[in-house]
Amino acid sequence: MRIRCPLCGERDRREFYYKGAAVALARPDPGAGAEVWDAYLHLRDNPCGETRELWYHEAGCSAWLVVTRDTGTHQMAGVELASAAGGAGS
Amino acid sequence: MRFSALKILAQGLRGNTGWAPHWRDPEPKDQYDIVIIGGGGHGLSTAYHLAREHGLRNIAVLEKGYIGGGNVGRNTTIVRANYFLPGNSEFYSHSLKLWEGLEQELNYNVMMSQRGVINLFHSDGQRDAFVRRGNAMINQGDDAVLLDRDGVRKLVPYLDFDNGRFPIYGGLLHPRGGTARHDAVAWGFARGADQRGVEILQNCEVTGIDVEGGVVRGVQTSRGAIRAKKVAIVVAGRSSQVAAMAGMRLPVESHVLQAFVTEGLKPVIDHVISFGMGHFYISQSDKGGLVFGGDIDMYASYAARGNLPIVEHVMQAGMTLMPMIGKAKVLRSWGGIMDMTPDGSPFIDKTDIDGLFVNCGWNYGGFKAVPASGHCFAHLIATGRHHGAAAKFRLDRMKTGVGIMDEEGTGAQHNLH
Repeated sequence: MRIRCPLCGERDRREFYYKGAAVALARPDPGAGAEVWDAYLHLRDNPCGETRELWYHEAGCSAWLVVTRDTGTHQMAGVELASAAGGAGS
Repeated sequence: MRFSALKILAQGLRGNTGWAPHWRDPEPKDQYDIVIIGGGGHGLSTAYHLAREHGLRNIAVLEKGYIGGGNVGRNTTIVRANYFLPGNSEFYSHSLKLWEGLEQELNYNVMMSQRGVINLFHSDGQRDAFVRRGNAMINQGDDAVLLDRDGVRKLVPYLDFDNGRFPIYGGLLHPRGGTARHDAVAWGFARGADQRGVEILQNCEVTGIDVEGGVVRGVQTSRGAIRAKKVAIVVAGRSSQVAAMAGMRLPVESHVLQAFVTEGLKPVIDHVISFGMGHFYISQSDKGGLVFGGDIDMYASYAARGNLPIVEHVMQAGMTLMPMIGKAKVLRSWGGIMDMTPDGSPFIDKTDIDGLFVNCGWNYGGFKAVPASGHCFAHLIATGRHHGAAAKFRLDRMKTGVGIMDEEGTGAQHNLH
């Protein structure tokens, strides 16, 4: 699996650290309540298909990336900088 | 039909032409008391125990593929009870006891082999941690023997004891641990459930779960609608998709875990050896292949195949631990899909929907749990009360923070186990 970093170009998967579904882009308000925080921290759609997830270019430019990837095929539809991405994954 | 040595001999003399199928292939009925979604090890064990322990008969097991075709046939067959934390400890202890009686119970040869599991340690600190774990295992009533370096050498002399990075200081031996033939476990439970009236419906994929007013009414399947008073989801690897049919989200991420097997070799590895520092473990199957694996690939996947980095990592760890393995040729590798949970421990619980139960989140440790998982889940479904051995596998423990079982101590978050 290779990931096309917007800053560094296409690199081996080994350079990246996987964080998980891109929920961190929509952190709830501290007082949002247990249900909201449980959903944010633990509950996942976990789809078999296209998903938006956070990867960190640890051995490269240190950028956080939002990768749109198919969990059934590992095909990547797009990679963008997390700082530029809007909206959360699930 | 009961199996016996005499029967095998007689069949052998008659060219093995008299064996009958081990379970029926019935047409789905319109209605059952209990529908179990998932004909893997856990689902079949659940059905078996519902019939065996609770006298329930009107049960269907719905399997989208064929029996033995899912994760129950994709694991590395290890059976052990060397857990540390309350909640896990009593459960796996219970499971190992069921394993020890399983062949007599099922009248089926699951090739249970208590060859001993050795967990290696490589520092004083790690030894202290294993002493503590060993004491917890003994307190639970199971067995643990602390081996020093010479003790390990006596059992497995072929390891690289003086490895520069991970010199072997000793190991924790769990003599009652071992392996069992995984697909025979599925077949044995399927046959046992079928003999007690359970209907096993293969090629029957659930496409929807019917819920009315907070009460489960049945399921939609590729072979028609089936009504049921109770529905149990036991589909680790696909839990999120099936739960979503009932409008539920689970604290589960699906990851791929790879495994490898070499060509058949003469007996060389007598135990299950676990090299935690290298994320590597190995045993030898009865056919002679060395069966080994390592860590998950560390990204969400349903592809049932992994990527090269973990293949390389596992091979390197194997070479580090036992250089002799370099002469063996890898025959094949495969991947299984794991329900990974935030704390690395499973769920056996009711849901907020009346009559709907869920058993999932087995991470990379589901196989050894098969007998007790079914036993305890059947108890919950039949009586509405949690079985004592699985009372802590609650679905709400992430939300409440009460009873989190983070066996590795890495933190109860996704992607840390």
